[in-house]
Amino acid sequence: MTSTALTPSRSLNPFTGLLSGTTGPVIVVVIAIIGAWYIGAVALNTPFQLDTYERADRTNVPFSELVSDTLAQERPVLPAPHQIAIEIWQTTAEKKITSKRSLIYHSGITLSSTLLGFLIGTTLGILLAIGIIHSRVLEKSLMPWIIASQTIPILAIAPMIIVVLNAVGISGLLPKAMISTYLSFFPVAVGMVKGLRSPEVIDMDLMHTYSATRVQTLWKLRLPYAVPFLFTSMKIGMAASLVGAIVGELPTGAVAGLGARLLSGSYYGQTLQIWSALIMAAFLAGSLVALIGLVEKLALKRMGMTR
Amino acid sequence: MTALAGAKDTEMVDNHKSASPDRVIDIEKLSLTFETGDGPVHALSDIDLKIEQGDFVSFIGPSGCGKTTLLRVIADLEQPTAGSITVNGVSPEEARLNRAYGYVFQAAALYSWRTIAKNVALPLEIMGLSRSERQERIARNLELVNLTGFEKKYPWQLSGGMQQRASIARALAVEPDLLLMDEPFGALDEIVRDHLNEQLLQLWAKTSKTVAFVTHSIPEAVFLSTKIVVLCPRPGRIYDVIESDLPRERTLDIRESPEFLKIAHRVREGLKAGHSYED
Ligand SMILES: Nc1ncnc2c1ncn2[C@@H]1O[C@H](COP(=O)(O)OP(=O)(O)OP(=O)(O)O)[C@@H](O)[C@H]1O
Ligand SMILES: [Mg+2]
Repeated sequence: MTSTALTPSRSLNPFTGLLSGTTGPVIVVVIAIIGAWYIGAVALNTPFQLDTYERADRTNVPFSELVSDTLAQERPVLPAPHQIAIEIWQTTAEKKITSKRSLIYHSGITLSSTLLGFLIGTTLGILLAIGIIHSRVLEKSLMPWIIASQTIPILAIAPMIIVVLNAVGISGLLPKAMISTYLSFFPVAVGMVKGLRSPEVIDMDLMHTYSATRVQTLWKLRLPYAVPFLFTSMKIGMAASLVGAIVGELPTGAVAGLGARLLSGSYYGQTLQIWSALIMAAFLAGSLVALIGLVEKLALKRMGMTR
Repeated sequence: MTALAGAKDTEMVDNHKSASPDRVIDIEKLSLTFETGDGPVHALSDIDLKIEQGDFVSFIGPSGCGKTTLLRVIADLEQPTAGSITVNGVSPEEARLNRAYGYVFQAAALYSWRTIAKNVALPLEIMGLSRSERQERIARNLELVNLTGFEKKYPWQLSGGMQQRASIARALAVEPDLLLMDEPFGALDEIVRDHLNEQLLQLWAKTSKTVAFVTHSIPEAVFLSTKIVVLCPRPGRIYDVIESDLPRERTLDIRESPEFLKIAHRVREGLKAGHSYED
C-alpha cells in the first residue's frame, strides 16, 4: 500500500514540479505553439502591411508599430490567437443563439447531423461486424466493399450523395448525416469485428460446453469482450462523423453549419471567420471524444474492468 | 474388478458396485492425432476405456501424455481421428447438447466482467433457470467451496486458488451427472486441497455423480478414485488401469492404511514406466 507519508519530500527546484505531472508539459507545449503562432502571424501578415504603408506613402514605420498592425488586420493571412478569441467571443457570447451570425447556432446545425450520422454509423458498424463474424459468406462478400468504400475520397462522393438524395426529395439533415455515417461506420465495423473475435479460446470452449446458442455467446461473451474495442472505434468514428458533417455542408452551398461558415469565409476572404469555425470544430470534436471517453470509463468501471 | 469389456448394451450384473451399472463413457480404439506445423502429434493412441455410472476415475500421467485431450474429447471439444466414443450411450455432441456434463478447465476461465456470483450464474442463465433457482444454486455452491461472502467480488480481486474454487462452484451449479475436472486443485495449497478433496468425495457419495478427474498427485488420485487410469506419453496411451478396492466412504486418514499405500505404489510404478519413455 502506498500512503501519503511515503511521498518523497518536495524538490527544491521549482520547475521539477511543473515538469513532472502532465499539466506542466501540456502548458509548456501550449505556450510554445502560441508563441510560434504569433511569430508566424507577424511574418505572414507583414507583406500586406508593407503594401498598405506604401500605398499610404508611409516610410520608416517603427518595428513595434508594424508588429501591432500585423496583429490587428481585418483580413489577415494568419490571424493572431487573440483576434480569433475575440471573434469567437463576439459570435458566441454576444450573439443570440438563434442569430444566423451566431457560431453556436452553426455549431448546433453541424452537431446534430454529426450525432445523427454517428448514431446510424455506429449501429450499422456493429450490425455489419456481427454479421461478418457469424457468416463466412457475409465476410467474403461484404469485406471488400467495406474496404473499397473507404478508398474513395469523401470529397468526391459527398456531392453525389447530397445531389442524389436531393433529387429523391431528401434534403436537410439526413444527407449530411449520411456522409457522417459513411465515414463513421468503417472504424466501428473494423473495431467490432476484431473485438467480437477477441475472446480467448478457453472462454469460447466454456460456452461450447454449455451448448450456448450463438445469440447467447454473442450477448454473454463476445459483446462484453468487444466493449473496449467499441469505445476506441467510436472515438475515431465520432471525429470522422464531424468531418463528414462539415464536408457535407460544403458542396451544396449550405447556408448554415460550420462547413458553411468555412465556405463563405473563404469566399469572402474572411480568415477570422474560417479560423473561428475551425477552432470551434476542433473544440467540438475534442468535447465529443472526451464525452465518449467519460462514458467508456463509467462503463468499464461498471463492468469491473478497471481496477 | 468389473469385467465389462466388449459388452455395450443391455443390463449388466455388477456385483462390485451398488450403483446402477449404466455405462456413462464407452471409448473404443480411440486415437487423436494433431496435425501441426512440424508433423503429426499423436496425443491419444488406441484408447479403450469404460466408465460406469457413479465411478470416480482419475487420470494421471506425465505432462503431455494426453490427459487434457482425452477429457476434451469426452466433452466434444476435440474430435477423435479414429475409434469411437459414446457418452450416456450417445455421441459426445449429443451429450453436450443434453447438457450431460460440467467441465472444470485447467485454468479458472472466469469472465472478468462478471462478479463471482454472476460467473456461477452464467451456465444457469444459459440453461434458462429462474432467478430464484439461480440464486439458490449460487449460494449453495459458493458455500460448498468456501466462497460465501465473495459474491460481489470480481475475479481479479481473488487469489488464483479462490478463482479455481469459483470455477468449481460454477461447474457444480450445473448439477451434471458427469463432472469432468482437469487438474482442478493444482493451484491450491495442501490444506485447502485436502478440504476440497473431502468435499468432493462427500458430494460424489451423496449424489452418485460420475467424475473424470485429471491430477498430477498420486495421493489425490488414490484418495478420490474408484478407478485410476495411468497414461504414458508419445504416443499418449493407457499404461495401466487400477480398480481401487478402498471403501467408497473414506476419510483423509485412510491415506495411512496399507491398502492405500499399495495402490499408491502401483500408480507410482506406472508413472515411472511412463517417464522412462521420455528418454
Ligand atoms: N490443439 C493442439 N494442437 C496441437 N497439439 C496439441 C494440441 N493440444 C494438445 N496438443 C499436444 O497433445 C499432447 C497432449 O497434450 P495434453 O494437453 O492433452 O497433455 P496433458 O496430459 O494434459 O499435459 P499436462 O499435464 O501438462 O496438462 C501434447 O504433446 C500437446 O503438445
Ligand atoms: Mg492438461
